[in-house]
Amino acid sequence: MSDPIEVGYLRWIILAPLIGAAINGLLGARIQKAAGKTPIAVIACLPVLVSFVLSVVAFGQLLGLAPEQRFLLDSLSRWIHIGNLNVDFAFWVDPLSAVMILVVTGIGGLIHLYSVGYMHEEPSFWRFFAYLNLFMAAMLTLVLGDSLLTLFVGWEGVGLCSYALIGFWYKDIANATAGSKAFIVNRIGDFGFVVGMFALFWGLAEIGHGTLVVREIQQHAHLLQDKTFWGFALPTFVTLMLFVGATGKSAQIPLYVWLPDAMAGPTPVSALIHAATMVTAGVYMIGRLSFLFAMAPVTLGVIATIGILTAFFAATVGVAQNDIKKVLAYSTVSQLGFMFVAMGVGAYAAGIFHLFTHAFFKACLFLGSGSVIHALHHEQDMRHMGGLKKYMPITFWTFLISTLAIAGMPPFAGFFSKDEILWKAWSSPYGAGWIWALGSLTAGITAFYMFRQVFMVFFGEYRGGHGGHGHDDAHGGHGKGHGAHHPHESPAIMTGPLVVLALGAVLVGFLNVPGALGGNHAFETWLAPVLEPGHAAPAQDAHGAHGAVAKLEHAAEETLHHVAHDPFEYILMGVSVLIALGGILLAWLVYLRKSIDPARFSEAWAGVPYRTVLEKYYVDEIYQAVFVNGTLALSRFLAAFDRIVVDGLVNGVAMVTRWISAAEGAFDRYVVDGFVNLVGSTTMWIGARARQVQTGHIYSYLYAIVIGVVVIMFARLL
Amino acid sequence: MEIGLHHFLVVGLVVFLCGVFTVLTRRNAIGILMGVELILNSANINYIAFSRYGGGGYDGQVFSVFVIMLAAAEAAIGLAIVLGIYRQFETIDVEATDTLRG
Repeated sequence: MSDPIEVGYLRWIILAPLIGAAINGLLGARIQKAAGKTPIAVIACLPVLVSFVLSVVAFGQLLGLAPEQRFLLDSLSRWIHIGNLNVDFAFWVDPLSAVMILVVTGIGGLIHLYSVGYMHEEPSFWRFFAYLNLFMAAMLTLVLGDSLLTLFVGWEGVGLCSYALIGFWYKDIANATAGSKAFIVNRIGDFGFVVGMFALFWGLAEIGHGTLVVREIQQHAHLLQDKTFWGFALPTFVTLMLFVGATGKSAQIPLYVWLPDAMAGPTPVSALIHAATMVTAGVYMIGRLSFLFAMAPVTLGVIATIGILTAFFAATVGVAQNDIKKVLAYSTVSQLGFMFVAMGVGAYAAGIFHLFTHAFFKACLFLGSGSVIHALHHEQDMRHMGGLKKYMPITFWTFLISTLAIAGMPPFAGFFSKDEILWKAWSSPYGAGWIWALGSLTAGITAFYMFRQVFMVFFGEYRGGHGGHGHDDAHGGHGKGHGAHHPHESPAIMTGPLVVLALGAVLVGFLNVPGALGGNHAFETWLAPVLEPGHAAPAQDAHGAHGAVAKLEHAAEETLHHVAHDPFEYILMGVSVLIALGGILLAWLVYLRKSIDPARFSEAWAGVPYRTVLEKYYVDEIYQAVFVNGTLALSRFLAAFDRIVVDGLVNGVAMVTRWISAAEGAFDRYVVDGFVNLVGSTTMWIGARARQVQTGHIYSYLYAIVIGVVVIMFARLL
Repeated sequence: MEIGLHHFLVVGLVVFLCGVFTVLTRRNAIGILMGVELILNSANINYIAFSRYGGGGYDGQVFSVFVIMLAAAEAAIGLAIVLGIYRQFETIDVEATDTLRG
């Protein structure tokens, strides 16, 4: 990568939402009380709009540059200069982060607008938007940070905002607990990230290039090829630890357990944080450090394996869920698994592309479900929904489009991105046939449960009317008529973003049409200068960036070669479409035409498989029993140890000291004092006797003198 | 009869004994002081006698002059003390000055 171009406006992409958060956070209560909710909404949405405009400007500026020069830098200030660690606050934009900031600010902006409508009756309106803006600032810091430390600041910041927003309705303790669970599980992952970061810095410092600035790491990373750390190859260790952080943030096995619980937060939060942005941070991080991961094939294998297992496992759980948001939560975990599969087989661009398309259709799905929940006064159980397509047409059509996208039906966006991943899983040197097979099966299951959701919610007869369940205590029991009697479409400020996102779900797929279908791989080409060094096999390429241009030319040739080379790609493409159609057909038969009774499956084998899947394979219970209760038991044991043994020792020492001092006191009282008193009383006894010499009579004194003289006189004679 | 040394010594002794007796038996403070004078003068007699008969030169006689001077000073101080006693006790009877009893 050649030298960056210095610009001064990147900092405002982050500072604008930060200022919005500060104003809303500190003054929001007063503003809302004085002037209502509109100023709050303006203060919140305007900065995001500013950030979006600046992101577009940055993107435009990059477009105008030659591919190997696409690199903007905005240095803010000195930060840490200790020893050989030099990190400054600086933000950079390259093709990868340009994509990310467009997604974050664009979809974030749409969700801000949606939230104005969704959270309309919320008294803590200002607090919600303060947190939402703060989240935007943190996420943008994560994406734009030019060093791993700045990235980590954003990483932690989004974790904090996620906690605050999940537990937004904190008065219900279940929500607060869900927020804590998210934060704690995240933290476990962050430990891995920090260890990886430290190990990386250590390794680089050992070879004389200690730095945490990403572009500098990229320059010198190949020198770490043979370094070892306590017997492990350093790149493998570092990347495994960083991946642990990614599993926490991006909800993969084993740290995904917080994401379904996070549905306790308001639906726009689920859409923004747990679909489009925060959970993708792990994928982004791997993409950003792809050159490092390319040096550690072991880690890539681990990533692919965990990714596909998570994808499959989460899809099976999603099949049995009855809460509209839980289905989407597990579907998010599953799709994130696909993204990690892509990263793990070396198809970094495909993973980022799936991140991009997923952001659109998943956000649309979540916002659509929010629209449904809002219209039904916080009813979330799909068994009490149905037939909503005639009451909420816009929500229905956008939801349907996004579901077709996630099911991987052409020509919607999900088809291109998911298919690319599956093809790379088969064909990449790091891929494997079983990954493809399991991935295709998961895609089929995805299609099934997503269409199950569509049919249960929007088709058939409306099964609602028992009044609102869920968080909705503020409505009491009145509603309109009794309970959720006659649902109606949501207001324009909510359906507007739905439409925009659905359009995205239709159109963005065409940004990366594979060569096999005559396309130009535009998205992948755009990302090539950043990700291409990662595509290269390790143990070569000492010039890093210079090779990128040559690689671009290679990639273009490769694309053309594909068309001639591999008809197998068409076969696989056809297979995945067929599987998706099969899933949709099964869902139609079970839930719409009702010709297959779902009870056949849920009661098969004594209902054990069904209940296992419904209870999410009891993973939460296992974690509770093993880790949580284990830790509590350990701490109780240690507390008892402290109380009995340690305190016992201390008290024992104190008791012995007291006994010794009592003995000493007695000795002091009787022996020592006795001796002193004895001396005193002897003196007094002598004194009493001697005193009698002092008679006061002059005579006796004179007699004494005379007798003394006589004695002296005659003493000589003796 | 030749008057020899021992005659003077005996006289001195007699004076000494009178002086001691006076000191020990007088109730009057001034009387006690007179007794002290007698004792001093007996010592003087001894000095003179040895100076005349002992062959020690005139040292004894010179020393007696010192003793006389000393006796005078001492009498002055003694009388001052007696005056003080009189002021305190309004009597010079030494039986009255027994307040320093132990």
